[in-house]
Amino acid sequence: MFSKEVEIVNPSGFHVRPAQLFVELAAKFTADIKIQPQGVEMQIDGKSVLGLMTLGLAKGSVVQISATGADAEAAVEQLSALVASGFGEI
Amino acid sequence: MSTNQEVIIQGLGVSDGLKIGKVFVYKTQSNVEVPETQAQDVQAELALLRAAKAESITELEALVAHAERTLGEEKATIIKGQISFLNDPSFYPPMEKLIETDGWNAATAIQKTVNQVAGMLEAMPIEYMKERAADIRDVGRRLASQISGDKGQRLSDIQEPVILVAEDLAPSETVQLDRQFILGFATRVGGKTSHTAILAQSLGIAAVLGLGDAVDQISSGDLLVINGSTGECIIHPTDETISKTAAQMKVEEETKLSLARYANRKAVTLDGVHFEMAANIGTPEEAEGLLDKGAEAVGLYRTEFLFMSRNQMPDEETQFKAYKAAAEALKGKPVVIRTLDIGGDKELPYLTLPHELNPFLGYRAVRLCLDDKPLFKTQLRAILRASAFGNLKVMFPMISGASEWRQAKALWDETRAEVIAEGHKVADKIELGIMIEIPSAALMARTLAKEVDFFSIGTNDLVQYTVAVDRMNEKVAYLYDYFHPAVIRLIKEVIDASNEQGKWTGMCGSMAGDPLAAPLLAGLGLHEWSMSSGVIHKVKRIVTNLDHKACQALATRILELSTPEEIRAELVQFQANIKFD
Repeated sequence: MFSKEVEIVNPSGFHVRPAQLFVELAAKFTADIKIQPQGVEMQIDGKSVLGLMTLGLAKGSVVQISATGADAEAAVEQLSALVASGFGEI
Repeated sequence: MSTNQEVIIQGLGVSDGLKIGKVFVYKTQSNVEVPETQAQDVQAELALLRAAKAESITELEALVAHAERTLGEEKATIIKGQISFLNDPSFYPPMEKLIETDGWNAATAIQKTVNQVAGMLEAMPIEYMKERAADIRDVGRRLASQISGDKGQRLSDIQEPVILVAEDLAPSETVQLDRQFILGFATRVGGKTSHTAILAQSLGIAAVLGLGDAVDQISSGDLLVINGSTGECIIHPTDETISKTAAQMKVEEETKLSLARYANRKAVTLDGVHFEMAANIGTPEEAEGLLDKGAEAVGLYRTEFLFMSRNQMPDEETQFKAYKAAAEALKGKPVVIRTLDIGGDKELPYLTLPHELNPFLGYRAVRLCLDDKPLFKTQLRAILRASAFGNLKVMFPMISGASEWRQAKALWDETRAEVIAEGHKVADKIELGIMIEIPSAALMARTLAKEVDFFSIGTNDLVQYTVAVDRMNEKVAYLYDYFHPAVIRLIKEVIDASNEQGKWTGMCGSMAGDPLAAPLLAGLGLHEWSMSSGVIHKVKRIVTNLDHKACQALATRILELSTPEEIRAELVQFQANIKFD
């Protein structure tokens, strides 16, 4: 399993469009991908727009992205880079 | 005499229209909670759930097809979103799990999941998320109805004109409303930004949402007045209210008719000079029915909306379809397509542009397109291919001088040759023009007129760049005025330059749709006036009652004046002396 912590930096947070972009990228990997907000017990499927939306993560929140499977390392790298880039909003 | 007391209740007016009619209380598919029940047979419940999902997707796909026909592709994506919810890992799989692991029956599993997901969205302090919860509940009701067999009343069974009153109308229900029978609708819940409100506007059906508990006072068969602009509803209207409402409806109808009277006239002055009235559009759907509103052309098709309304760059095929649809809707009348005008205040979510201190003076529009050739060429290819289906013209935004125009023209010629070589049909002659919105281009109009086929003056930016004023800045907004004498001189310069070369000049900024400006623009000899389709009749009303020679004299007088205030005063006085037929 690979995992990485990353901070949400875009002003509008992890809302609909970022969630869609995240899921679009996550769907390209065969690995099982999970998101866990810092200090929260719940894990969300990284390929679920609804799941990510309901987390309602605002700017400044930290999440752990983890993946298991053949392309897990690439998945974690690319997904955390997407989050760190602010989803092109900044 | 009515035996019931007249009651006035207040909701949110979300879609215009004053209507009076008999109420039909529409019961939404059962919104009632089912008692939580354990499964008798887990495998059977799983099969039920799977069948319900498959059936729901089939129904939604049919609704998407219906919505695409009646509302256009853009609005149909609202329903498409519901299909994607059904396929979301956080929605459907948890239901199966509730049956398999926890032993609930299918109906309970659906209810628990919908309540959980929608509940979380509803708890978020963001209006947009709450509205998405409504979409979740809508799709949840559909799933549940497959199992219970209770599909509620069918909207298609309504065969006489009524005002629909409901708890809520889901987007998937709103798209099925037939204007022939639904005069309007009123609901207990709902907000201004809900999908239901947006769909009601698109359908042109009067709607009042968010009436709250007051809605309980309305029963089927009651007479009801609804006002979709003010949000006021009147239950059991008295005879006096009825006649007052009828009178008001008559006035609205007459205004509409008088508008229609002017809309269908050609914009020809009393002494026989014709000006071409055109409309500005942002989507091909807006091109539908434009000819009935009195437009003779589309003077500005803002292609950026096609780029802004999605999460990724629209490919050539998507663009081709949109341009083709606009060309076909105008049935051979001209459609002026403006190439991508992005940057400045308009951003694309998928195209990261560097932050700029002065975005309006920066990397935008044709500057960006000439730099990103693949992006630009994709658009030009789509336009070229669509040109075979109507009368397309193309203009480039933010041209500051001859070299940008020449580069764009060269790229156009190159792309044209490629598209033809690939065997695509392309119109023989496609006029190419430039937007005049930068003063340097206006001052170079005499040179540019030799090379381009037409000019289109974008007054909004032209004023901003000429007077050096940001109209969003309240402290200086008072300086923003298209009646500034410098702006008027630039406009005259551009029109005269095009006339010298036998070319034409259009205008697509808000000045073109201002009835006060009409006599001046007629006097200056502006060839094509492009405006929001809703104001064409107002401008036509002025133009058809003008004497062109008097307008030319007015223009000469105005060019002697030195301030916007003097010019306005002259125009107001001129307007007061127009005799309307």
